[in-house]
Amino acid sequence: MTQPIVQLKDLRVNATTDSGRQVEIIKGISFDVGPGEMLALIGESGSGKTTVALSLLGYTRTGCRIDGGEIKVAGHDMAQLSEAQRASHRGATVSYIPQSAAAAFNPAKPLIDQVIEAAHIHDVMPAEVAREKAIELFRALALPDPETIGERYPHQVSGGQLQRLSAAMALITDPRLVIFDEPTTALDVTTQIEVLRAFKSVMKQGGISGVYVTHDLAVVAQIADRIAVLKAGEVQEIGTTEQILHAPEHPYTKELMSAFEPKAFVGAATDLAPNPTPVLDVKRVFAGYGPKGANNMPAALILKDISFDLMPGKNLGVIGESGSGKSTLARAVAGLLPPATGQIAFKGAELHPDLQDRTKDQLRRIQIVFQLADTALNPNKPIGKILGRPLGFYHGLKGQAREARVDELLDMVRLPKSIRHRLPSELSGGQKQRINLARALAADPELILCDEITSALDTVVAAAILDLLKELQRELSLSYMFISHDLSTVEAICDDVLVMYKGEIVERMPTAQMRDGAQHAYSRLLVSSVPKLDTHWLDDLQQDPEITAQFSRR
Amino acid sequence: MNTIILRLIAERLGVMLVTLVIVSFTVFAATQLLPGDVAQILLGQAATPEAVAGLREAMGLNEPAIPRYFNWLIGLTQGDFGLSYVTREPIADLIAGRLQNTLRLAAITTLISVPLALSLGILAALYQGTKFDRVVSTATVMIISVPEFMVATLAVLIFAVYLKWLPALSYANEVTSLWQLLKTFAMPVITLTFVIAAQMIRMSRAAVIETLNTPYCEMALLKGASRRRTVLIHALPNALGPIANAVALSLSYLLGGVIIVETIFNYPGIAKLMVDAVATRDLPLVQSCAMIFCFGYLMLIMLADIISILSNPRLRT
Repeated sequence: MTQPIVQLKDLRVNATTDSGRQVEIIKGISFDVGPGEMLALIGESGSGKTTVALSLLGYTRTGCRIDGGEIKVAGHDMAQLSEAQRASHRGATVSYIPQSAAAAFNPAKPLIDQVIEAAHIHDVMPAEVAREKAIELFRALALPDPETIGERYPHQVSGGQLQRLSAAMALITDPRLVIFDEPTTALDVTTQIEVLRAFKSVMKQGGISGVYVTHDLAVVAQIADRIAVLKAGEVQEIGTTEQILHAPEHPYTKELMSAFEPKAFVGAATDLAPNPTPVLDVKRVFAGYGPKGANNMPAALILKDISFDLMPGKNLGVIGESGSGKSTLARAVAGLLPPATGQIAFKGAELHPDLQDRTKDQLRRIQIVFQLADTALNPNKPIGKILGRPLGFYHGLKGQAREARVDELLDMVRLPKSIRHRLPSELSGGQKQRINLARALAADPELILCDEITSALDTVVAAAILDLLKELQRELSLSYMFISHDLSTVEAICDDVLVMYKGEIVERMPTAQMRDGAQHAYSRLLVSSVPKLDTHWLDDLQQDPEITAQFSRR
Repeated sequence: MNTIILRLIAERLGVMLVTLVIVSFTVFAATQLLPGDVAQILLGQAATPEAVAGLREAMGLNEPAIPRYFNWLIGLTQGDFGLSYVTREPIADLIAGRLQNTLRLAAITTLISVPLALSLGILAALYQGTKFDRVVSTATVMIISVPEFMVATLAVLIFAVYLKWLPALSYANEVTSLWQLLKTFAMPVITLTFVIAAQMIRMSRAAVIETLNTPYCEMALLKGASRRRTVLIHALPNALGPIANAVALSLSYLLGGVIIVETIFNYPGIAKLMVDAVATRDLPLVQSCAMIFCFGYLMLIMLADIISILSNPRLRT
């Protein structure tokens, strides 16, 4: 039998916390990766999957230290080598494809210099040969203008292109092993397909082994031969992709799988009056950023002729890729970005476009919840203060009454009362998002604008937040406008869905019809691009290349 | 060069002009508020009130402030700084020699301190956490904390009084040979280098270390680059903007802030001229010096801005 490329035995990594305490974050992990094999490491944030992947390069982030075990990569034990010896393998024997290629390219240098840098450092080939090879790789990775794209700077190419360029950067030295660190997480679904295909074919051609770190099971299904499920620095289960996906044994793997299953939405059985007034009625809104031009339109027009309505007790999903204007729409409805023209009416009464000119009661009835609770919550205020502020502002609650209401709110979002004395930094991501939601609830709103509120959360946590939203809706008769790039999230909570593309609504349809009954070509492309938990999905996927080229900016 | 860069630079120039006008007004207003009367000081204690009033009239001090301000401003734009109240000489002549002295001192200090500070700062970042880094960092903190008159006085005590290597006073006008020039400038330059280099070392070290924490520097390490290569090729070009700003701020000190050094070494520079002018209520001279300091400061800041703009490929290409 051929020697495995990676032999990881009992890896232990320690981290030193800010207070100087030692914490073991990787608690004895072992696995092998054979030649040409792709192993996926899956797990939630904090499970240690990136730490394990980086240790294969003999590298740890600041504050972490490899504390024991054997990290054999192509026969060399990275744990035992000196720093200079490790550096001689990094980029040569084993290379790395980062999560955010946009951040991993030096903004001040042309792309080609960075792509062939590893070849230069390890002196494996002359610069001219490396350039030729890079151009070949660009071609293999289906990059446009392979001859000249390298002369550009990172800000001159798109995110999907950067991700493929980073693959070329990793492959330039013909490494034995490539580490993929969530390389498609930051990409739109239609772009992700192309990148995954490119990775797969290049790896197969070169017979290169890979370790693929991700939290997205559907992506793993397309690309991995075997899967290792990580939690809290330990391997829970390791097996072939088929086995993990279809016959998981460990309870944690089962939990992950069930959180991933799409849940069909059963609309709240609210009996509507014969002719109800919509909660939100948006008519012919144009909005954008920058100074207004001659035709009274802003220089960068984002929203173009947006009209829709939302009935009480119903939920409206807004989907589309990054840059399609989803978040701008939420900002326009909230009054944060006054539209250039058009009307926004709330329960039949027209709202002033600018937040400043709306009444306090109008402000109270529409609340917005932002994507990142980390940045939306004041890090220096305890939870009690954060929730007490809107109570005082909107309802004039003071003292005992305010305290009692804070407790009620915490109870509503299923958090213990004791949490009120803590600071946001002392809570987990899911807890913070619940506080973020509770702050919106404090105003007693009728409409909540949810801007990608589950995107930064792990699958299991996000599923729990969605359940909470549904419960709250039943109890408080709320309406949600739910913005997301994740179709299954929208499916789980929305009655209707708006598909946005380049600032326009291309289609509105009931969510139940989204998978099969989408009419517009772009909606169909978007829906068909969402990976499925099926190992043959990517290989079998047929998309009309003309439509793909038309709608995706690759 | 492209239109965006030209527009940005034109914007900076516009802001600089507006700032200069605002500063000129502030300087003029502030000097008018100074207590004391130049006529009284010029004529001495024995002067009769009539004589003082006559002199005030003759010097045009009884005119309202606003026309005097505009006269002065218009003169400035034409390079006419006016006459000194005290010596009745053109201020341009008074300043010219002194400014030359100050600029000479500033230039020599810059030539020594900037390369020294940047190399030490970048080396400290390169060897972050090592003994070298700790020594440099501790030394710079200590030097920043010690006031410059202390450094200057100690330098005089050691080099002039005990070792007798250098003259205690610097008469820049009596230099005849290169050796003498070195001896004359040694102590003021050493003192000033201490003061401004410490700040630049800290700022450049911080700027490089901050850039080192970016994902693209981590990526460079993961491509097998040595720390040295990562710092020099990847971190430094992206840290140029902040470093240029730190250097500009430190150098601006050499124009207006050197009064203590000039006084201790009795160096005939422009800062000393300004302080003397305040003592004699020579308001036009004070105003002119203040404007020159402001102009120099703004020029340095603008240069730093232009370097930041040019080092950013998003604007350059």
